[in-house]
Amino acid sequence: MTLTEPDLRVVQLAKTPTGIPGLDDVLLGGVPSGRPTLICGAAGSGKTLLGMTFLVNGATRFGESGVLLSFEETAEDLMDNVASLGFDVAGLIAAKKLVIDHVRIERSEIEETGEYDLEGLFVRLGHAIDQTGAKRVVLDTVEALFSSLSNTDTLRAELRRLFGWLKDRGVTAIITGERGDGTLTRHGLEEYVADCVILLDNRVQDQVTTRRLRVVKYRGSAHGMNEYPFLMDDQGITVVPLSSAGLDHEVSGERVSTGVPGLDAMLGLGGVYRGSSVLISGVSGAGKTILGASFAAAACAQGERCMFFSFEESVDQLLRTVGSAGIHLRPYLESGLLRFETKRPSSFGFEMHLALMQRELDRFRPAAVIIDPVTSFRGPDSEVHALLLRMLDMLKTRGITTVFTSLTSSNDRLSQSDFGLSSLMDTWAFLLDIESNGERNRGLYVLKSRGMSHSNQIREYLVTDHGVKLVEAYLGAAGVLTGSARLAKEADDRVAAQHQGEEVARRRREIADRRAAAERQIAELRAEIAAQETEGARLMAQDQQRETVHQADLAAMGASRGVHGNGKDANGTAGHDPAEGMR
Amino acid sequence: MDDQYNLRLYVAGQTPKSVSAIANLIRLCEIHLPGRCEIEIIDLALQPQLAAMDHIVALPTLVRRLPEPFKRIIGDLSKTDRVLLGLGIETKRVPC
Repeated sequence: MTLTEPDLRVVQLAKTPTGIPGLDDVLLGGVPSGRPTLICGAAGSGKTLLGMTFLVNGATRFGESGVLLSFEETAEDLMDNVASLGFDVAGLIAAKKLVIDHVRIERSEIEETGEYDLEGLFVRLGHAIDQTGAKRVVLDTVEALFSSLSNTDTLRAELRRLFGWLKDRGVTAIITGERGDGTLTRHGLEEYVADCVILLDNRVQDQVTTRRLRVVKYRGSAHGMNEYPFLMDDQGITVVPLSSAGLDHEVSGERVSTGVPGLDAMLGLGGVYRGSSVLISGVSGAGKTILGASFAAAACAQGERCMFFSFEESVDQLLRTVGSAGIHLRPYLESGLLRFETKRPSSFGFEMHLALMQRELDRFRPAAVIIDPVTSFRGPDSEVHALLLRMLDMLKTRGITTVFTSLTSSNDRLSQSDFGLSSLMDTWAFLLDIESNGERNRGLYVLKSRGMSHSNQIREYLVTDHGVKLVEAYLGAAGVLTGSARLAKEADDRVAAQHQGEEVARRRREIADRRAAAERQIAELRAEIAAQETEGARLMAQDQQRETVHQADLAAMGASRGVHGNGKDANGTAGHDPAEGMR
Repeated sequence: MDDQYNLRLYVAGQTPKSVSAIANLIRLCEIHLPGRCEIEIIDLALQPQLAAMDHIVALPTLVRRLPEPFKRIIGDLSKTDRVLLGLGIETKRVPC
């Protein structure tokens, strides 16, 4: 036989899912099957609810019945407490899927008269387990026994025996314990229940409560090491394993419209990349929310789900505000494509905001998210930065296109503390408030846009009755011209253009006139030359005739004298250029 | 003292504690409540459903059902003084 590596799959611990969203992820499957798990936490930290949820989920979703031994609350109280969560505890009890046994001991009513043990508890528990075939047991809070019974040595020994007995019975148990001073539980239960220990924490910082959960130990299994925020509300318990996702998210080449044609054009190719992040910075009243709403409307118009986190305006107010700018979101809200989450940032801590956001994102699965505005998160810069970074990662890993709006106190973007957010963003548009000539106007420019050939121009940003419009702004000597200055400049330009046209026409006429004049002159000169040529020819003919007559005369004279002419004179005279006479 | 006592002792099986509790109870009744004591012994190992019904945690438990109100005494009843105190039985101190 050869020595081989142990098969890890065989060694792998069997786990029992709690069915609590997120908790099973942190526990990498659930609590250890057939073993006790200790849940410790201060009063009100959610121990009982966690235990109860474990049992109800077991009975309703995993086909495992359960037993709750409650040392503090009566069955009726417990039922009432969880009724709002939609847990039909009475129904489960009637169906023999759940037993709630309230164990009550009043110290004042009890006289201790010698040796005793807790066999009664074992009998009760054993009977309940046998009755229902329970696989899950919750003891809430077994430490209450310490205040009822004085013999702690006996108690300790008996609790140790109880946990061993639970293991022997093969039930998956959750034992809750009150947080002690410097110890996990007041009476050191963690010494006996050592397989899996979960700590619930309810911390108040700056008057804001944040619930956190941490797996202190988990024998034989890996587990999430961090403190995870968890929610306790009308949805029950939700643990949110917030993780910094890192930079391995996939990117898309697909473009989505910002809802403003002018802006899409500025960004080139008609929009921003799907799954990218867009930051819209601007002063108060610059139109950030309206731009965000345009984006939301554009997403919904494409039939995509959109989630709008509004931290400053209520839903109605926001709908009215953007409705006045011609952006009508109500139909999308009614059709369920659009959802609003309106919460004051100060209502709870950052962790809770993230946790809530994550839960809502995973439930609604939007393609686009608007966060308006991120700057409403107040706190130390480093913490806000961490919050936003994690928020961004959360959105990016889900491939959600996100518009963050950010309030700035002046037009100078460099003077702003934006928590380092701008460098994390893929696209950054800045809304300017331009004040000149006694009026205020809005301008927009794209400061950066990763992977896009975006325009570098400042455009005027107009909020009209039909949504947002971007208009080419004029650059004058005094800077960007907007509003009425732009209109005036446009009028000037029109007049100038008209003048220019008239001038051109005048010059054209002038040239035509001159051309006509020149051609007339040429014609006159031609006529003159022709006349002179005719005259020259006539003179030449006369001359020749005269010469002929002269020669005839000479010949006649010579004949009469008997002398022959040498002809030289006759040639010289004949070669005479008639034109010479004209010069 | 013509009150009739109705006492119920819960045990689970024949453990040393059960045996000594039963013995202690019988002796105590013979001495302090002769003729006016009715004792019922319940073995939860045989009737486990009664444990929850009668709110039993520790064993052995002695419950005084009569006279009312209910009183509970836990342990093997070896500390007679405390048992008598728990049952509300006046004892005449017999000088030695």
